[in-house]
Amino acid sequence: MSGAIRMTYREACRQAIREAVLADPRVFLMGEDVGRYGGCYAVTKGLSAELGEDRILDTPLSESAFVGAGIGAAMAGMRPIVEVMTCNFSLLALDQILNNAATIPHMSGGQFAVPIVLRMATGAGRQLAAQHSHSLEGWFAHIPGLRILAPATVADARFMLAPALADPNPVLIFEHVMLYNMEGEIPAGLAGVDIAHAAVRRPGRDVTLVTYGGSLFKTLAAAEALAAEGIEAEVIDLRVLRPLDTAAIMASVARTRRVVIVDEGWRSGSLSAEIAMRIVEEAFFELDAPIRRVCSREVPIPYAAHLEQAALPQPEAIAAAARGLVRPA
Amino acid sequence: MTAFRMPSLGADMEDGTLVEWKIRPGEKVHRGDIVAVVETAKGAIEIEIFHDGVVAELLVAPGTKVPVGAVLARLDGAATTTPAAMREAVVVAAPVRPTPVLPQPPAAREAPARRRVTPAARQRTAALGIDLGGLRGTGVDGAICLADLPSPAAAPATRRGGFDPAAMRRAIAAAMGRSKREIPHYYLSQTVDMTGPLARIEALNRDRAPPDRLLPAALILHAVARAVAETPELNGFWEDGAFRQGDGVHVGWAVALRGGGLVAPAIRDADRLSPEALMAALRDIVARARGGGLRSSELTDATITVTSVGDRGAESVLPIIYPPQVAILGIGRIVERPWVVEGNVVPRRVAALTLAGDHRASDGHRGGLLLARIESKLQEAEVP
Repeated sequence: MSGAIRMTYREACRQAIREAVLADPRVFLMGEDVGRYGGCYAVTKGLSAELGEDRILDTPLSESAFVGAGIGAAMAGMRPIVEVMTCNFSLLALDQILNNAATIPHMSGGQFAVPIVLRMATGAGRQLAAQHSHSLEGWFAHIPGLRILAPATVADARFMLAPALADPNPVLIFEHVMLYNMEGEIPAGLAGVDIAHAAVRRPGRDVTLVTYGGSLFKTLAAAEALAAEGIEAEVIDLRVLRPLDTAAIMASVARTRRVVIVDEGWRSGSLSAEIAMRIVEEAFFELDAPIRRVCSREVPIPYAAHLEQAALPQPEAIAAAARGLVRPA
Repeated sequence: MTAFRMPSLGADMEDGTLVEWKIRPGEKVHRGDIVAVVETAKGAIEIEIFHDGVVAELLVAPGTKVPVGAVLARLDGAATTTPAAMREAVVVAAPVRPTPVLPQPPAAREAPARRRVTPAARQRTAALGIDLGGLRGTGVDGAICLADLPSPAAAPATRRGGFDPAAMRRAIAAAMGRSKREIPHYYLSQTVDMTGPLARIEALNRDRAPPDRLLPAALILHAVARAVAETPELNGFWEDGAFRQGDGVHVGWAVALRGGGLVAPAIRDADRLSPEALMAALRDIVARARGGGLRSSELTDATITVTSVGDRGAESVLPIIYPPQVAILGIGRIVERPWVVEGNVVPRRVAALTLAGDHRASDGHRGGLLLARIESKLQEAEVP
C-alpha cells in the first residue's frame, strides 16, 4: 500500500479534471486558453493533447457566450466544466449565472436541471492588479440555487470536482491563485470528499478562526503564532460557502465563545458579515466577546507588491485580532 | 508628597488588582505596615509600604486593575526609604508602558455607564443568580465575561487568597520563557548520602507529634542557606548586564499550589535560622502560599530559589532559574540505593542535588563549590 501522496494544488486540479473527463463521456471542459495554451494557470497543460480537442475546448473571449453555452449543454444532458479565467471576468457572465443557471431549475418547475460546474481563479497576491485580483465568491454565495465551493487543501482540490459534477444544480468552484503552487498531501487511502461540510483544520479551545480558501494557510500560521503565546485557536475551513455549514461554526463557537472571521473579500456586505450575523442569530448567548473580522482593505487591490500585501489579511493581523479577544489589554 | 505605586512582585507581574485598602486618608503609616491587598497571578498579596507618612489620598478604587508602577496613593511628609526589593521592583517595572492613573475629582464623577456584560456571562449570571454589582470586567472593552464569574460547578468564589490558575499559568510561562531565552544555564548535580542526616532527625522526631516533627526539607534548607552564604557569587541578581549580590541569604522556597501553578516566597536570612526555625518558616509560607496572605516582600526578596520535589517526586530535577536571580537548587526525592562506603556496597538513602546557574554571573567551578559545601554541611554531626 502506498502512503500519502504529495502534489501541488495545480496538479490536483489537473488530475481531477482528467479523471472526470475519462470517467464520463458527458463531461468536457471549455474556457479561454484551456486547450492549446494549457490554461492561464497551467492547470490543463497537456490535457487537450491527451483527451482531444472535443473534450478540452478553447473558446472565444466571451464569458457570456461560453458560460451560456455551458448552461445550454448542461440543460441538454451534458456535464460541462467551464473555466472562467478569473472571477473578475465572471461578471461578464453574471447574467448567465444568475438569471439562467441559478434560476432555470426553479422557473421550469424542476423540468430542467443545470448540472454545470464553473471553475474560476480568485484572490490576490500575484501582482495582477485590480482587474484580476478580487475575491468575488462572497457575491456568488448570495445567490440561491448555486453551490459555492472554496477548496483550500490539495485533497479538496483533487476530490471536490467529482461530487460537484454529480450535483444536478450549478456548482461554482473558486480556486485561489496563491494556492496553485502550494504542495500538500493527499492522505493515504482518501478517495473522495463531501461538498457539504466545513472542516476543523486545527482544534483549539480559546478562539475560533473561521476562514476559507487562500486565507486558510495565513490563518493556520496565525494560529501557530498564537499557540506560542499559549492561545489555542480553532481553525474552521468553511470549504463550502453556500450553503454554509452553520452547524460546524456554531459548534465551535459554543466551545471557544470567541470568533474571528478571516475573509479576503471586502468587509462591507461580505461573506464575513453574513457569517457574523448567523453567529449572532444562532449562538448569541454563547458569545463571551464581540465578533471580530479580518478582511481586505476596501480598495481596489493595488499592483505594487507592498501595497497589495498591505491590503490583504495577514497572519499578524489575524493573530492580533484573536489576541485582542482572548487577552484584552 | 510621595507616590505609593503598584509594586512589581516578580519579573512575571505586569499588573495587579487592588482588592482592599487597609488605610484611610489622614491615617499615619509606617514603613512595613500592610496598607493594601492586591490580587495577582499568585493570589491575594498583602502589600507593605516603604515610607513613613500620612495618607493624603487614595487614587485607585478597590476592584481596579492597574499596571505595575501606577500610582495607587499619595503620602504627605514621607521620608523615602527605598529598600532593595523596591529598587528591584522599579527595574522590573521599567519596560511596562506608563499608564497614568488620573485621580477622579469626587464631585465631578460621571454617571456610571451601562455595565458591559457579554451574552454568555449574562446568561450564566442569570442562571446562577449572581449579582453583577460586585464583579469587575476583564473582557473586551472591560466587559464582564465568563472568566469574571464563578464557574457553575464551583462554590461561590472566595477571591481573597484565591488565584486564577490561567493567569498564574501565563505568569509562569512569561517568567520561564524569559529565563530560557535570556539566561545561559549551566547545570551541575551531585548525589548526597542522606543516611546520617536522616538518622539524626528521625532520632529527634521519635518523641514528637507529627505536627511538631522536623522534615528533611528543613535540614536541607539549613545546609543550603549556610552554604549559599559562603558562596555569594550565586546569591543575588543579574541586572543591567551585571551581577548584584543579595543583601542577605533570602531563600525562595518553591511551593506547588493545589490546582496547578507554584510560587516561591522568600525565607529571609535563612542562613541565620536554626533547623527548627526554618521548619516553622516552611510550614508558615506553605500554608500562606496555598491559603492566601503572602506579603509583597516575600515575593520580591528571594536571592536564590530552592525547589524540592518532595517524597513523591522524581529522582532529580533540572530547574529553571527565576529571573533576575542567578541560581536555583533542585532537590530530588530521597531514594534508597546501593552505595559504596569504604569498599563495601551498602544500602544508603541518597538524594540528588542539582544546581542551575546563570553562566553570565558565575562559572561551574563556583557552582561545584556550592554543592560540595551543601554536602559537607549536611554531614555535620552536631546539626541539628
